[in-house]
Amino acid sequence: MTVLPEVTAPPFPPPYPTRGARFAPGDTVRVRPGAAPGHMRTPWYLRGHTGRVERICGDFANPEELAYHRDGGPARALYRVRFTMAEVWGEAAERARDTVDAEIFEHWLEPADAP
Amino acid sequence: MPHDHNDPFHHEGMSPSGHPYRPDNDQPLTYWQRMEIAVRELLVEKGITTAAEINALIEQMDARSPALGASVVARAWDDPAFKQRLLADGSAAMEEIGIDPDGLKLVVVENTSRVHNVVVCTLCSCYPRNLLGLPPDWYKTRAYRSRTVKEPRAVLSEFGLELPQDVRVQVHDSTADMRYLVLPRRPEGTGGWDAEALAGIVTRDCMIGVAIPQLP
Amino acid sequence: MTDNTEQGRRWHDMGGKDAGEIARGEHDFALWEKRVDALMRLTSAKGYFTVDGLRRAIEDMGEDAFETMIYYERWIASITQNLIESNAFTIEELNQRMEEVAARGPTYGEAQGPGEMERAE
Repeated sequence: MTVLPEVTAPPFPPPYPTRGARFAPGDTVRVRPGAAPGHMRTPWYLRGHTGRVERICGDFANPEELAYHRDGGPARALYRVRFTMAEVWGEAAERARDTVDAEIFEHWLEPADAP
Repeated sequence: MPHDHNDPFHHEGMSPSGHPYRPDNDQPLTYWQRMEIAVRELLVEKGITTAAEINALIEQMDARSPALGASVVARAWDDPAFKQRLLADGSAAMEEIGIDPDGLKLVVVENTSRVHNVVVCTLCSCYPRNLLGLPPDWYKTRAYRSRTVKEPRAVLSEFGLELPQDVRVQVHDSTADMRYLVLPRRPEGTGGWDAEALAGIVTRDCMIGVAIPQLP
Repeated sequence: MTDNTEQGRRWHDMGGKDAGEIARGEHDFALWEKRVDALMRLTSAKGYFTVDGLRRAIEDMGEDAFETMIYYERWIASITQNLIESNAFTIEELNQRMEEVAARGPTYGEAQGPGEMERAE
């Protein structure tokens, strides 16, 4: 069972330019799995887990490409996604409703149905 | 620049601009230092950079310390409208008070009576260095990077900070372009304090989230 | 024996792994370390590589590097790797210069050569 965090959409727009972001604050999203080698900025412990978009940070170039002297374009939306500790760690969580936020790029996220 | 021993950010052995060379110059040359010297010289000879540019960046590094972050916090405590601008766009707000973000994309997260924030970079050691100076060694350790996202309360406890169960701990993993600064709660008993006094109780560890401001 | 649930997890991706007490020591940064830091910022600003490339080369060094090298040693190794990839200099040039540097003397002070890099007191 997915435990979702509370999020309050920020009362201000993203501080960095963004165009055509697929997700909005409050949306429930799942982090895609991924076990390829190479440079990635989506931490292992969040892959496959479901959280809520807390804010859109802006559009940024893809670090997976920049790491190899490529230009990382086109820029894509970067989101702050919030997860409950219960969702990420299950029984091992210190306190179920504590939360962890991470910045996740749009191409790692897919829509998830709320429970 | 005068060396102020009451300044909590300039301890014996730290090197703000103007201090003489460190005794490392007398230490045996390591393989990696050899590489640094060789690379630096080649880059200068090829006109890719200059000694002046390198020295300027080192001086800039030395000038950046947690005092910069503390001044931002003090201002936010005293000026609610500034605080709102800070939360909306941290980099623009720091620029407002004369601190050059120099590429830093700052997100400020506010501690409240219900939420306590703590920052980590599990993948490497991302840190708001343009505002706080270089990160402490412990921030880069395996133990801090591994445990903070899973057992933040145990980590905070190690740092001497115990939080009530009704406070939510919110961990921020700096995985991409943003850098995080914790805006601690202003303690009771600081009413009427000037900016310097307020900044004086805001330590680096408060702005990472492993401590809270203490009255002297 | 391989734990199949973690196949593909890279060593640097540490969030949630078991670990002991956090060592709280801090060290002041040496001049050579600040020089490494400055070189990274300058050469990345000048387009030779990005912070992502810095991280990628460090990650590719493997877990051993984290255990046996200190932070700025990994940085200079990575910067050099990236600069070679970007043709800032050749391996031959680097080899030659590293030998010259070693020949200047056994301490950092002697090996860093003539005083062009000295900061004004």
